[in-house]
Amino acid sequence: MTITLAHYLAVSGIVFGIGVAIALSKRNVVAVLMGVELMLNASNLAFLAFSRFSGAFQPGTEPLAGHTFVVFVLTVAAAEAAVALAMAVLIYRRRETVDLDRISVLRW
Amino acid sequence: MESTGIVVAFYVLSALTVLSALSVFLMRNLVHAIVFLVMSFIGMAGLFVTLSADFIAVAQILIYAGAISVLLVFAVMLTPLASRNNGNSLYAGPGVLLGAAIAAIVVFTAVDVEWNELTGAALEERAFIDTIGTIGDQLLGQHILAFEVASVLLLFALLGAIVLVTDPGAVDEEDEAAEDAAGVTAEDAV
Repeated sequence: MTITLAHYLAVSGIVFGIGVAIALSKRNVVAVLMGVELMLNASNLAFLAFSRFSGAFQPGTEPLAGHTFVVFVLTVAAAEAAVALAMAVLIYRRRETVDLDRISVLRW
Repeated sequence: MESTGIVVAFYVLSALTVLSALSVFLMRNLVHAIVFLVMSFIGMAGLFVTLSADFIAVAQILIYAGAISVLLVFAVMLTPLASRNNGNSLYAGPGVLLGAAIAAIVVFTAVDVEWNELTGAALEERAFIDTIGTIGDQLLGQHILAFEVASVLLLFALLGAIVLVTDPGAVDEEDEAAEDAAGVTAEDAV
């Protein structure tokens, strides 16, 4: 029994699907953000799996471009979480709710 | 990737990650969902270790399991009158269907495609020994422009978050209160 690239990509796809389901079907703003974080995490796993397994690189060269890209994904995820949570707090101050079913107007 | 240790570690960590992510969906209390999200992040960091991505695994624990989860808890704390309910919205059905469809497509593609991948001895030879040095070289060499842009992005995210949550009325009142206090002390001095 051996672990191949397909195993890692399958885990990545399942976690990404769960993230999509959470982001699209939760009522609370914070829960939606948790789904987005799961999706970013699943993409990181796919990057690292390709970086480890891909045969497209010459032997001897270290194919760590995937790792570098993951560093940027981490950066963007942190920035996105900070801004999105600030917006959640702002919406709560104006409306006393973070329920997305009740925040249904674009202008108030 | 054939040794028993790696195989067992992969299946245990995958089960931890996927089941914790499912629990985030199923939990009814938002704070419990955040705890399961942290468990999912930690399982994912373990998977990164099995891919010999040591630096990324540690960064994952620091940033995701540490910083972002604390940020989520703070967001829950700062909205005290809002519901702690992690319930589904009116449109939950299509969302779950779409998530299941995407997962099915990715899994089918991953299993079906003949990947140009290394196996056996070639894969063992590939094992990364020192990722940190190479990542540093790439960040400050080939990807220096993206690195600088990322720093500007972080700065503006910081400023944006502060500007968004600053209540302009509260600041004006504080200024007036400070001015009043200063005026009073000045008059007292006179």
